[in-house]
Amino acid sequence: MDLKFSNAEPFADERDAVDRLLGAGDGGWHGGQRDEEDHRRAHSGHAARSQRHLVMEALHAVNDRVGWISPGALNYIGRRLSVAPADVYSVATFYALFSTNVRPKRIVHVCTDIACMARGSKEICAGLEKQLGPASATNGWKHSPCLGVCERAPAAMAVEAGDPPHEHLIGPATVDEIVLALNEGPAALAAEAPPVMAVPQAGQEGLMLLKRVGQVDPESIDDYLTTNGYAGLRRAFDMSPGEVISEVKESRLMGRGGAAFPAGVKWESTAKQPATPRYLVCNADESEPGTFKDRAILEGDPFALIESMTIAGYGIGAERGYIYLRGEYPRAYRMLRNAIEKARERGFLGADILGKGWSFELEIRRGAGAYICGEETAIFNSIEGYRGEPRSKPPFPFEAGLFGKPTVVNNVETLCNVPLIMQMGGAEYARIGTEGSTGPKLFCVSGNLVLPGVYEVPFGATLGDILKLAGGVPEGRKLQAVLLGGAAGGFVRADELDIPLTFEGARANNTTLGSGVVLAFDDTVDLPGILLRIARFFRDESCGQCVPCRVGTVRQEEALLRIAHNRHDAASKGRDVGILRDVGLAMKDSSICGLGQAAWNAVESAIDRLGVLRESR
Amino acid sequence: MNIHYPGGPAVTPVKQITIVIDGEEVSVPEGSTILTACNAAGKDIPTLCYGDTLTPKNACRVCMVELKGSRVLVPSCSRKVQPDMVVMTDTDRVRHSRRLVLELLDSSVDLSTTPRIPEWKERYNVDSDRYGKRASESLTRDVHDPGEHHAGNGDVAATMCQPIKIDNDLYVRDYSKCILCYKCVDACGTQWQNSFAIQIAGRGFDSQISTEFAAELPESACVFCGNCVEVCPTGALSFKSEHDMRVAGTWDESQQTETTTVCTYCGVGCNLNLHVQDNQIVKVTSPHDHSVGHGNLCIKGRFGFQHVQNRKEDGGS
Repeated sequence: MDLKFSNAEPFADERDAVDRLLGAGDGGWHGGQRDEEDHRRAHSGHAARSQRHLVMEALHAVNDRVGWISPGALNYIGRRLSVAPADVYSVATFYALFSTNVRPKRIVHVCTDIACMARGSKEICAGLEKQLGPASATNGWKHSPCLGVCERAPAAMAVEAGDPPHEHLIGPATVDEIVLALNEGPAALAAEAPPVMAVPQAGQEGLMLLKRVGQVDPESIDDYLTTNGYAGLRRAFDMSPGEVISEVKESRLMGRGGAAFPAGVKWESTAKQPATPRYLVCNADESEPGTFKDRAILEGDPFALIESMTIAGYGIGAERGYIYLRGEYPRAYRMLRNAIEKARERGFLGADILGKGWSFELEIRRGAGAYICGEETAIFNSIEGYRGEPRSKPPFPFEAGLFGKPTVVNNVETLCNVPLIMQMGGAEYARIGTEGSTGPKLFCVSGNLVLPGVYEVPFGATLGDILKLAGGVPEGRKLQAVLLGGAAGGFVRADELDIPLTFEGARANNTTLGSGVVLAFDDTVDLPGILLRIARFFRDESCGQCVPCRVGTVRQEEALLRIAHNRHDAASKGRDVGILRDVGLAMKDSSICGLGQAAWNAVESAIDRLGVLRESR
Repeated sequence: MNIHYPGGPAVTPVKQITIVIDGEEVSVPEGSTILTACNAAGKDIPTLCYGDTLTPKNACRVCMVELKGSRVLVPSCSRKVQPDMVVMTDTDRVRHSRRLVLELLDSSVDLSTTPRIPEWKERYNVDSDRYGKRASESLTRDVHDPGEHHAGNGDVAATMCQPIKIDNDLYVRDYSKCILCYKCVDACGTQWQNSFAIQIAGRGFDSQISTEFAAELPESACVFCGNCVEVCPTGALSFKSEHDMRVAGTWDESQQTETTTVCTYCGVGCNLNLHVQDNQIVKVTSPHDHSVGHGNLCIKGRFGFQHVQNRKEDGGS
């Protein structure tokens, strides 16, 4: 393509990082040595343009090696992939983990999100400010949205660019550890807590989704096989793809990512599409504040997801699947990479799986710090190498999804139910749980509780049951409120503990399960402060595409800030609550995607259900 | 392509789809949008990011209408009609949404050169002052730190306000007036020019139309076709000649005439609309419905008019 680049050249290590991903450039057009022949050849057409989907991976390669993306590196990526530099820049500046400004190799991302706020992140930040100066990349530490380590709050992620880069989730984090990670590098830190630490029930009888976590070596396919691994795939291979879908439909499995859409229906409508190839995408961009269930599976039982996706791919007739993993899960990334490699070695992935004559490939794509990429169409754009902006629906993913082809997008937990359904049969599976919510369910229980963690219960447990499992609030404290479903969910009061945590129970009580977040706040927590953090989160994470969300999330935060600062002026508070309602309704009605449509949910429920901005002041 | 297939596919009549808009039936060809149907029914739906020569981006959300059976409002500019749709264009929900979209834009963007804004503000009771005093000029909008922002205390309403970019003699970029409708990006990209000089950079409210690392236009891939200026709905992009006259206070559209002519630079045959004030060409546009250019021009047709008006007394020959 006829692209114009500036004169900035990449540094040697930037070039090397990109070349290691893409292979050496084979001529001047691709950033390699220029020779005479180059000037008489034109590289264009589909071959040149078809590499766009590698933009994110190339940006990761440079950012991971050097810590930021220089103009020369940006040019080099653009040259190698035939993408205009303005386009590469627009992608690089969309994702929070990438930097287009020079910065040190070591950065610690300190979680200041709601679960960590309830457990002392403010004190950590105050301590860091004293020792390192205010949060900024140049001072080596930054505020971060939820890192998905809520059971070990307060959390932080230490990153050191290099070859290889080091990434390390710290939790519970202390000021000393963060300073140590900055001074001596993340390698100097004590090993990350094992995956089992996220699952207090580990080893208990009767677990279905979490049965292997802490019980097997997550890096060993033999361990997986000896614990009934791949029994689901074998069972699926005894059936036709259509029968696999029928079983999933019969199981009445509902999506666990937040929207609760029937998985079988999604699969069936995709499989019916004449267009090929079809794609399977696993949404592992778990970024909803307070959500960490998928991390527990990915770190503790990664083969389960590989098997699940293989079954799903077989069912819908997809020959390629993508796991879109959030960039903040370094250990999950290592585990998944290993699992894919091992599965391929043993013939569970690749060509002619188990001699069935059917092939399936899996690729991991890493996000880079953008909550919006968990939206089911933004995830496509991100995989394809674009900004993670949601697409307008219709068309829906089953008609035109990844690369414009019929696509199934399922959450990690949703997929991991599939081997169970294969083994038990859909009808038997549907007996677990309640009429409207079948199967086992993972809850991400965090906040001010004695034993936070991922808990598995059959659907039907009440909010009170779950809190009891997690040991309740610490002695001497009183439960103030519970946030269900994360930042896009809603608050419920401490006297509403008998709400059944089922899809229908939540709906009947005018709240939502969302991604399974149960975040408890005791009476020491400043709820208006939590609301401000939620508003800040949505303002930071809005992609900026549509006006209601782009500007509405800003006005929402401003109104909450004014209320916080003019707490005694009832008239101005009334005006600001009016603005919140007006803006909230417009965001709900007119935003392109679920982020904007839900950006006011938590604040609304705090006002109407908890009376936070009325009584507590 | 100039290949003619004798006996090729016959023209099949396009199916008409009938939908109900505000209680009245309207029929439009299959594949039309709700907006087309609304226009056919004589409804005046406000639009900003919609462009008659571009694929709808449905980013501004000012054209939202209520669709029976839909949980949320739908963008009329991009949603295709389906049989038996029941659409409402002026319900309380619709009016609320339009009012808020206009308020959110008006409180954050300089809409002083956007056509029809005063009329719409009155129609939808827009009160954009209620969000507080507008924030003053920011000098850091071209530095991107996605996922972070400095939250003040809510005393001022964040805005797009920033220094105007004048880095060439042909057109200026006043992004204080930018509503981020993506039209310039689409015109510069695959939909028309394929120059890819500009894109959206950054995220959320801090997004900004930008070249790579905010390089100045002459350093970028810009070919100065001005097709971005042609589609800009707010005047954020404008001819340098227009900008200079506005600054001098001499820009007066009521004194301007428009003359359509054919560009003389090459044989393609693009049409030019010459906007003339005081016997001087002050800017050049191109008719969007013209079969050759669809509103697009090249640098010569768009900006190469100075020689027409070099006069002897200016030192010309």
